[in-house]
Amino acid sequence: MQGFIYPNEFELHWGILVVLYPYVTGLVAGAFILASLERVFNVKEVEPTYRLALLTALAFLLVAPLPLLAHLGHPLRSYEIFLTPNSQSAMAMFGFVYAWYLMMVLLLEIWFEYRKDLVLWYQSEKGPMRWIHYLLTLGATDLSEKSLKFDDRAGRWITLIGIPSAFLLHGYVGFIFGSVKANPWWSSVLMPVVFLFSAIVSGIALVLILYMLSSLFRWKPVDMRCADKLASFLFYAMVVDFSLEMLDFIHRLYESEESIGILSQMIESRLFISLIVLQVVLGTLVPMVTLGLTAPALGKNSILRTPDELRRLVYIGSAILVQIGIFSIRWNVVIGGQLFSKSLRGLTVYKLEFFGIEGLLTTIALLILPLVILWVLVKVLPPWTDAEDPSGRGVYGPGKL
Amino acid sequence: MISKDGDLSGNCPTAPPRETVDRREFLKKCSLAAPVLLGVVHAPLLCAQDSEGQPYDPSEHLYGMGIDVQKCIGCGQCVAACKVENDVPLDPHTFNTWVERYVISESGEAEVDSPGGGMNGFPPLEAQDGLLKSFFVPKLCNHCANPPCVQVCPVGATFITEDGAVLVDDDYCIGCRYCIQACPYGARWFHPEKHVAAKCTLCYHRVTEGLVPACVEVCPTGARIFGEIERRATPLARFMRFNDIQVLKADLNTRPKVYYANLDGEVR
Repeated sequence: MQGFIYPNEFELHWGILVVLYPYVTGLVAGAFILASLERVFNVKEVEPTYRLALLTALAFLLVAPLPLLAHLGHPLRSYEIFLTPNSQSAMAMFGFVYAWYLMMVLLLEIWFEYRKDLVLWYQSEKGPMRWIHYLLTLGATDLSEKSLKFDDRAGRWITLIGIPSAFLLHGYVGFIFGSVKANPWWSSVLMPVVFLFSAIVSGIALVLILYMLSSLFRWKPVDMRCADKLASFLFYAMVVDFSLEMLDFIHRLYESEESIGILSQMIESRLFISLIVLQVVLGTLVPMVTLGLTAPALGKNSILRTPDELRRLVYIGSAILVQIGIFSIRWNVVIGGQLFSKSLRGLTVYKLEFFGIEGLLTTIALLILPLVILWVLVKVLPPWTDAEDPSGRGVYGPGKL
Repeated sequence: MISKDGDLSGNCPTAPPRETVDRREFLKKCSLAAPVLLGVVHAPLLCAQDSEGQPYDPSEHLYGMGIDVQKCIGCGQCVAACKVENDVPLDPHTFNTWVERYVISESGEAEVDSPGGGMNGFPPLEAQDGLLKSFFVPKLCNHCANPPCVQVCPVGATFITEDGAVLVDDDYCIGCRYCIQACPYGARWFHPEKHVAAKCTLCYHRVTEGLVPACVEVCPTGARIFGEIERRATPLARFMRFNDIQVLKADLNTRPKVYYANLDGEVR
């Protein structure tokens, strides 16, 4: 503790689990927006990641409420958010935004996307998988051209609705923080927008990592056109995200409100490692410059010509750095917002415990859980475009009816 | 000689005749005057009472608190009384009310402390050069008319009563702690045993019985004034009329109902 803090501010009320929540929802929104690039904007190069991105979004979305539930003082009362929501509360909308996104966007889109294959799998398989796939068709086994066309059209419409929904999902998380006028570190109209773009950055980076690793483990070649395109999109999203963050930073500095003194002190001391080193330098500048040089983002060819093997390493290394950077952003927002006193006269510290419900161990478990769910989803709903088609173009690709 | 009916005039024939008051009538008049006399002494009590026999009607009241910074001596009695009255855990990081000490040097720099919420008073100031002034500021929930904590509660477990108190329903709070983040005054805390948000209730259980909050009751200097805001003849209304009043963090438009007199600009 340094300076004066109100006596009730000694304990930080939102810990690492609340850091995890915007991180995970960001990955969901980002992965979905990446998927919709292919579907709505017809970016054919990223097609191999379309289904993987959808399943990734679903796996992480299923885990998203868990850190919040674990954090609640009375998790068993959480259903009250649905029964008696306070219409004025930003947080009360969580359940509805979440349910809308899960039920009306992701599950529906995945179902329409996979229905044809589910029927084909069910017809050709034996054993329990046959019945699992049959169950997942929900009995809709009609493969007539008309019904397949309907699937495609429905999928396209759902994606169209899904893009603003994904924006809503994560922009809304930003609003939860940005609307707290009591907290000068949070209170910013840019917060939802910054959250959204950092979500897109993290989602693209995650799908890039998962795509490269899954290709590696499956002994399949990485489609470099796809990897280059993903890296280029990652670069563009990072440029926008970083510009917005810089705008926020310069705006605060220029306005120089009452809180500027204590916030500067906090950045120089408590947040130096997580903000300057991890978020800005390692998590943003290094990968952004690297991607800018190696990915064909600024023209048909990249600035530095690199062999595919090296470029793959650069991409995956950059994407991992981006993940560290985005996690740091969430950390700096959530924890940083509580490290200074609302009296603007002092700083406190956050002591992260290892065990316990709000400890590091739970956090790691909650970060691994979506990967386990994704593994199961991939087993039940293989997303690979090259699974049965040696040409690599895939029979499963969307719109290939 | 005193006559049977108590008439003394017989002993003093030259004295003018006086009006006599018999004992019964005297007592009757006294009993009528008693409420008025008590009212003067215990005015704050009266302002919280409804007419006799009537159930408490919150719509007839609007409570607030005045704090005269010049009168606070930093004894911490209010903090201790609140802890006892409201079952607030004794640990030094959970307070419904606390007292801050400001020490301002001649250069204008302010140093603030509140050891143990000021519950056991303050250590003497070390002799230092250039000390300009020092004063104590009692803090508590501001029972805002536009409370951000009530706005953010996802389930409506925290609410504002008709008579102006901001309260938490222990049986309904889910323990998300959004309200603690939303309070600009650091007035809310998380109950370590009940796992719900907790705060000053303005001693609602006392106020609705016609008593004053515990912190007001024990203040030896009358630095805290409790009462009705909207009635003209209450101590709080007088306090607000005869002092320059300020509220904390007015720019946030929370419209606090804790009114400070003689507040220094350094206080946030």
